[in-house]
Amino acid sequence: MQFKYFPHTEEDLGEMLKTVGVSSVHDLFADIPAAARFQRDYDLPQALSETDLRLFFDQLTHPLNAQQLICFAGAGCYDHYAPSVVQNLIQRSEFLTSYTPYQAEISQGTLHYIFEYQSMIAELTGLDISNASMYDGATATAEAMMMAWGNAKKATRVLVSETLDPKVRRVVETYAHFHGVPLQLIPAKNGALDREALDKELAEGGVAGVVVQQPNYYGIVEDYTGIADQVHEQKGIFVINANPSDLAILKTPGEWGADVAVGDGQSLGIPMTFGGPGVGFMACTEKLIRKMPGRIVGQTLDNRGQRAFVLTLQAREQHIRRQKATSNICSNQSLMALYVTIYLSLMGKEGLREAAEMSYAGAHSLCDKLLATGKFKMTFPDQPFFNEFCLDYDGDLDALMTEAIECGYLAGIKVDTIPEGSPEGSHTLMLAVTEQRTPEEIEELCEILGKA
Amino acid sequence: MNRTLYGNLIFELSKKGRRGYSLPQDYDRTHTTAELPEALRRKEAARLPECDELTVVRHYTNLSHNNFGVNDGFYPLGSCTMKYNPVINEEIAAMKAFAGLHPLQPAETCQGALEVYFNLQQSLAELAGLSEFTLNPCAGAHGELTGLMVIRAYHESQGATSRTKVLIPDSAHGTNPASAAVCGLEVVEVKSLPDGTVDVDHLRELLAEMGDQVAAMMMTNPNTLGIFEPRVLEITEMVHKAGGLMYYDGANLNALLGECRPGDMGFDVMHINLHKTFSTPHGGGGPGSGPVGVRKGLEQFLPYPRVKMREAAPLSSPEGDTTPVFSIDWGNEAPSGAVGGASTPSTISVGSFFGNFGVMLKAYAYILSLGHENVKMVGPLATLNANYIKERLRDDYLLPISGLCKHEVVFDGLVDKNTGVTTMDVAKRLLDYGYHAPTIYFPLLFHESLMIEPTENESKETIDSFIDVMHKIAAEAKSDPELVKTAPHNTPIGRVDDVLAAKQPVTTYWKTLP
Repeated sequence: MQFKYFPHTEEDLGEMLKTVGVSSVHDLFADIPAAARFQRDYDLPQALSETDLRLFFDQLTHPLNAQQLICFAGAGCYDHYAPSVVQNLIQRSEFLTSYTPYQAEISQGTLHYIFEYQSMIAELTGLDISNASMYDGATATAEAMMMAWGNAKKATRVLVSETLDPKVRRVVETYAHFHGVPLQLIPAKNGALDREALDKELAEGGVAGVVVQQPNYYGIVEDYTGIADQVHEQKGIFVINANPSDLAILKTPGEWGADVAVGDGQSLGIPMTFGGPGVGFMACTEKLIRKMPGRIVGQTLDNRGQRAFVLTLQAREQHIRRQKATSNICSNQSLMALYVTIYLSLMGKEGLREAAEMSYAGAHSLCDKLLATGKFKMTFPDQPFFNEFCLDYDGDLDALMTEAIECGYLAGIKVDTIPEGSPEGSHTLMLAVTEQRTPEEIEELCEILGKA
Repeated sequence: MNRTLYGNLIFELSKKGRRGYSLPQDYDRTHTTAELPEALRRKEAARLPECDELTVVRHYTNLSHNNFGVNDGFYPLGSCTMKYNPVINEEIAAMKAFAGLHPLQPAETCQGALEVYFNLQQSLAELAGLSEFTLNPCAGAHGELTGLMVIRAYHESQGATSRTKVLIPDSAHGTNPASAAVCGLEVVEVKSLPDGTVDVDHLRELLAEMGDQVAAMMMTNPNTLGIFEPRVLEITEMVHKAGGLMYYDGANLNALLGECRPGDMGFDVMHINLHKTFSTPHGGGGPGSGPVGVRKGLEQFLPYPRVKMREAAPLSSPEGDTTPVFSIDWGNEAPSGAVGGASTPSTISVGSFFGNFGVMLKAYAYILSLGHENVKMVGPLATLNANYIKERLRDDYLLPISGLCKHEVVFDGLVDKNTGVTTMDVAKRLLDYGYHAPTIYFPLLFHESLMIEPTENESKETIDSFIDVMHKIAAEAKSDPELVKTAPHNTPIGRVDDVLAAKQPVTTYWKTLP
């Protein structure tokens, strides 16, 4: 029986087996010990025709099985607008079905867009260099932590802000545990890094790096003035996990004096898709280029004198350095880097700013309106925020969120991890607004949340 | 593919005032970012391009014409399993109902996604002969690291904190030792025999010397030479006896589909590259997916979040029971924050959410399309294709290891070593004839390695044409070596200056500006 992905006819099989000198394809596995041979059928369903496959997934995506909620949730994954062109172009099979551009002569398309991507990330973050992208924001942050540790000569720990997304922090802590990096958590005060606590830690010395987030997990735009100088005094590295869509407006990691910027590019219009794929980014100062993990594309010339692009600085990488490599990463999230590159080409200088303004305006409008209902109060009073914020609800938050879902709204994320010294957290709702949310949706959500 | 270079950068097409997007203008402008203190705002606008939509569409379309993918032609890149990426899988992964799901929405509102996730975990466990999988890792190397974390967590739970060594054959992919190092483990190399398989005597010596310090042995099987390790059962038994675990690098799993399962060979932990064995597109380097599986008894060490099923239940049906069948276990979401490398094995986490869900959809659609009756033909057909190439090319290309190979075959350059034509030259000349090059100079065991992996999707005609071209290049190496040494000639660019690129790295457009 023929199957659409197998081109071998009986005739082909006969000729090929004859050339190889065996009588059956199974004889090709005669060198496997009998005890290790798999002798039965897999316990898997029968092959589905394309028609049945579509029906199957139609059922799985029935509205009851995959509810399309109007999204006011963020916490690291945002529902942003993207021009239709982006999804269409990344589906071009020349991009989609290629692999890492080892053969530069037939991979200029990939190398070219990675160079553009690196340029855009460097510009957004205000730093000199970007790698070709990483898995996601969390692992990029963990890699930055290890980079700080590896760079330090005589350090005892890496400091991590408590206002870093707890999901990211958990990944950083996992990597630190196994890599043998002592971490010290710097507590928060009113939802922002406690500067006195940080000063105290830094005064003790031995700090390889400091990792913070901007805007932080709670949506607050923190003031990091002065931290870079303090960290640099002891030759440490200052790492900022940034939300790239906000960097159209916000002070860049470079302007804060950061040595490394990391984060997730998902907010640059990538569909949420249940949390992945997104794309991790990492940018750094020129000084750290040879310490940076991940692939890097550089400009060069070909033997015909043409400007060309190529994978470069590979001496840092695992296939050359093996256990001495800067990281074990051996690929990038290339297609999603292409997504971001095309998105930024279309949105451009003005579009990214406009989307950020709209998100800011929407979030602040929603916040005003919810406070006006009298049922909420700011969790962190007097802290500037961008497009995500926390409110304390005086009532049954679970019931409230369930009611919102029944009306078709994902009203935000319930935040359980309010740092010590801050108001008790189990009644805290964190909401995010993007340019996708219409004034009508904002109004309706307020009605739902306000009337309860 | 267009053989002329399209050389523009998007920044060079930018013109002030052009727009490539449209956003609604009607919104509440009571608040603007000008409210933010100046100290929190960037000084100058980011220099992003300003382009109209058609300019952007043409730019990236033209760039794609300078790229080569599996859909353009034969892509026998060894160790990368460049199989056909079925189009129906793209259609399913792009379904709006999946694309619009937020990863933190309540489990009862996304049962369909969780069902895909859970069923894929189960399918992989059956295919691998293991107990349970996590789908959280985003790539093969990420999976290796996760698998080693699981192994360390297991030993820590046993109080065996001195087990910090990992045995790795010298023929392994570079990621194996790199992953071990990132995981804080010490790499000990196991030698290979001249035939490329593990030197079991050397392994025995190492185990005698340091057995109680061994956390695990990592193995790729078939190994990086495409050879099945004939003494694998003996090896797994020896390592187990010494108290170590066996890690299976799933890079070459494609060869074994239908014939052999890692769990049945005695492996305890493994990763699978969904983008290789389960046909999801490589996307120019990613996104991939590197699920990690474990044998019974190690499930508790897998990372969070995890997707669980309430009980054995049929496919969720819109008309059926509406209580959630699938649930999400986030583990201990609030990290401990303690000093000194904080996480404990109960909170291992390798990503914010569930991994590359979009990739999982494609892999699951592929498994359903194949069904049990076709999955079992994958390994045999891929292996037949590789052996056919091996037999037909061994007259012109040096075959260092005869005997059966599996899904890929490694040659050590041309048989005729007098022409001065290297493996690099052969690879570059192949580009002129419209083929992607094989993997070259890996494995490191031979000086002129040329590693060819054809996959099960390639027809006899495609392979015959490739073989003809390889013979033609061997003939050219004799008759006109310069032609081969200066190849490629028929590509958008010629050979590039790698030294120039590395000496004074120019890695952004801004660096090219005066």
